[in-house]
Amino acid sequence: MINQVEVKNVYKNFGDVKAVDGVSLEISQGQFFSLLGPSGCGKTTLLRLIAGFEMPNSGDILIDNKSMDGIAPNLRPTNMVFQNYAIFPHLNVAENVAYGLRKKRLSKDEKLEMINKSLELVGLSGLNNRSSNALSGGQKQRVALARALILKPKVLLLDEPLSALDKKLREQMQSELRHLQRVVGITFILVTHDQEEALTMSDKVAVMFDGKVEQIASPRELYERPSSKRVASFIGTMNFIDAIGSKSGEKIKVENRILGKFELPQNQVSGNHVNNKLTLGIRPELISINPRKSKSADFIEGEIEEISYLGETTYYKIICGKDIEPLNVLTQNSFGQMNYKVGEKVKLNIDKDNIVGFSG
Amino acid sequence: MSKSSKYLKIFAFTYLIFLYAPTLLLPIFSFNKSQIIAFPLTGFSFQWFEALLYQDALHDALKNSLIVAISSSILATILGTLASRATTRYDFKGKQASLTFILAPLILPEIIVGVSLLIVLIQLGITLNVWSVILGHTLLLAPFSIIIMNSAFNNLDLSLEEASMDLGENQFGTFYRVILPLVLPGIIASLLIGFTLSLDEFIIAFFLTGTDTTLPVYIWAQFRFPKKLPATMALGTILLIVSLMLLSLSEYFRRRSRMLEDSIPNKN
Amino acid sequence: MKFTFNNDTKKGWRLLSIPFIFSLLLLAAPLTMMFLLSFWTQDYLTLDKTFTFKNYIEAATQPVYKLLFTRSLIISLTATFFTVLLAFPMAYFISFHGGERKALWLFLITIPFWTSYLIRMFLWKVILGYNGVLNSFLIWLEMITEPLTFLLYNANAVVLALTHGWAPFAILPIFVSLEKIDRSLLEASTDLGDSAIDQFFRIILPLSAPGVIGAALIIFIPTVGDYITPKLVGGTDGLMIANMIQVQFSKANNAPLAAALSVSSLMIVSFISIVFVLFNRKYLRRY
Repeated sequence: MINQVEVKNVYKNFGDVKAVDGVSLEISQGQFFSLLGPSGCGKTTLLRLIAGFEMPNSGDILIDNKSMDGIAPNLRPTNMVFQNYAIFPHLNVAENVAYGLRKKRLSKDEKLEMINKSLELVGLSGLNNRSSNALSGGQKQRVALARALILKPKVLLLDEPLSALDKKLREQMQSELRHLQRVVGITFILVTHDQEEALTMSDKVAVMFDGKVEQIASPRELYERPSSKRVASFIGTMNFIDAIGSKSGEKIKVENRILGKFELPQNQVSGNHVNNKLTLGIRPELISINPRKSKSADFIEGEIEEISYLGETTYYKIICGKDIEPLNVLTQNSFGQMNYKVGEKVKLNIDKDNIVGFSG
Repeated sequence: MSKSSKYLKIFAFTYLIFLYAPTLLLPIFSFNKSQIIAFPLTGFSFQWFEALLYQDALHDALKNSLIVAISSSILATILGTLASRATTRYDFKGKQASLTFILAPLILPEIIVGVSLLIVLIQLGITLNVWSVILGHTLLLAPFSIIIMNSAFNNLDLSLEEASMDLGENQFGTFYRVILPLVLPGIIASLLIGFTLSLDEFIIAFFLTGTDTTLPVYIWAQFRFPKKLPATMALGTILLIVSLMLLSLSEYFRRRSRMLEDSIPNKN
Repeated sequence: MKFTFNNDTKKGWRLLSIPFIFSLLLLAAPLTMMFLLSFWTQDYLTLDKTFTFKNYIEAATQPVYKLLFTRSLIISLTATFFTVLLAFPMAYFISFHGGERKALWLFLITIPFWTSYLIRMFLWKVILGYNGVLNSFLIWLEMITEPLTFLLYNANAVVLALTHGWAPFAILPIFVSLEKIDRSLLEASTDLGDSAIDQFFRIILPLSAPGVIGAALIIFIPTVGDYITPKLVGGTDGLMIANMIQVQFSKANNAPLAAALSVSSLMIVSFISIVFVLFNRKYLRRY
């Protein structure tokens, strides 16, 4: 695959604050790429560096192998969908969409056709003359998309585009955006702090903390094989249990009072020095409560401390001994299922094949 | 971009010099020895300030101006507070129209306000004295008070009043114990601004003053005598300093009212 | 229209009635009285209350009034134009390049305007006069040998003094409207290909139009009726309608004519303002 966007060792400071602290990444053509991280991690700054609204203190950004150093935002092959959409209030929908076309030598008819096409693309056909004040949040979002896409950018940059929408609309727009990206086939770079959003929409996600990229991976890999405790707890929930680990050929031998002794493949353990201390990470859905038939006989005894019923699923907090944190357990709900009560003693079984380890 | 911003900066400073040019002459020539207001300067002197001490007409005018400024700023603040409270707290028909009407003196040419007031006073056969000026100034200052009080009342959270009522206070108690303390800085700012504006107002006073001359009307009369110019400049300097002091004071109170409001969490 | 006397209405009017009645008595009643008076006539001290258009006919036909009306409008419109023209870049500079010193700049701009209007206008006479500051300064610099006489006592001097005197009334509303422009709109326009100049004309200017229009009205309406400035620096060639109103009222003892001139100028100013607002209605929509 061709690298369309290359970020090479980019640093950006605002005063004493290192907003982007040595980031390198590559984004291939046609990819839906997300920059995910908590607020203040530098993801928006990185996006604005790619757009050209900020200039890096050092490092370079390449688009189609061309350095963007010193190139103004209006001359870059990128367009942006702003967090608050930035719809021009004095222009109507069509005028907003056609805003960037002025410099292009097009006849009136050609322009109109392009406007109509891109409005159709975002599902706003016929709203050409609607005043921009009369638009809902979702509609503004679509106008912002149409306005950017009509210029056929090589890369579309989206800065938290869905954060202002309510939950239902957000979910709908997520799938629409994903669909739109497949239709137009151009590279999308999305900034978001919402891990669910990043996972559902992206081909690849870069997780950022404190101005640095911690992991770049596909959504599945990110969830199942997080490279650090920070990534693991930012994306979903994970139980952490301390253990002793030692290298043994291609595998890592693990020992823990509750879980007993077992082995993990090397690729499930991140970090370099695997001599002694190891933290095990177990997703809540890998733990089952009172399994009817279990392959292994080794159960863990526990007592239910807290139950949160969430509709399709139920969350439990289960105490398994004084020296470890209560375990979070997630079960799928189905009709006629056993109901547990707080204080009830249960047996837990853990799917050890999918445990991950973090060392160092 | 940086080049154009450099030109802008040069323009801004030049413009600022233009804005300051006349005002800067005031202190320069009020301390200048010569009776003729022209360059080059002839030496430093306090004599023009001293001369002010011996002008009885000036002292009468000052007394009248103080009476007018104090009375009209108090009256205007009362009217402004009432109007502002009514329009920020309650929503009712005719609110916007009547408020616009009360605010009209802000942009009406002063000469028209002055002439029309004078017509009525003459028709009613009322003798012109400080009171006619006070009424005219109150009309003129009320809009300023409304604007200042609006910003004080606007951020006043309704839930504070409701909390006070909920805790057993009646309407008057709530007003004295909750609302008044919170908008007090605004009231003081309104009084100070009103006082300053009234002290400087000429047209209305010129038409309605009768024999009770106010300070600006006195100054207007002095303009005719070239000999008295330096002393008039000295008077202008004093007035400028007083205005600036009152203004800084009112700004301090306005900021305090904002700080008070900011300390209230969850205001809408 | 249904008019229900609900709780808010009652409480609101109870408070508003006092300032409202005050304004009725001291503003509406005098204006009405002036309007009535303009249809009467006066002979020395006796007032003839028969309804007549005589005063208006006189105001419309006598060349001196026509001249004063046109001159007042031209001076006021010119002053408004220059004030706004100079104020815009200043407001733009403060809003976009003021950084953390915005408040300081605004403060610096307002300070000189707390000198009384009267004295400020008089100072222009001191600056521009035959033996004035500017002439004596230029002679001292040996740039001229004879004092310049075209500086004072004409319409240009009035325009200059007004352009100075009303500056903050233009800078502040324009500044506010520039501050209100969402900065992400500017980034969006750059992102969509605009150069800095494109952006100024396509985004900044249209979005600051309400402030510019407001500033123009705030200056135009009162300056048409300005009395002090033309009297101090205008000479005979720079006198304006307000000076005539005052003369008719006091020296000529013709209050009805003064009233008719006042009503006429109010009408003309309102008419021009309304036309101006209608002309710019497109920009005055609330965003």
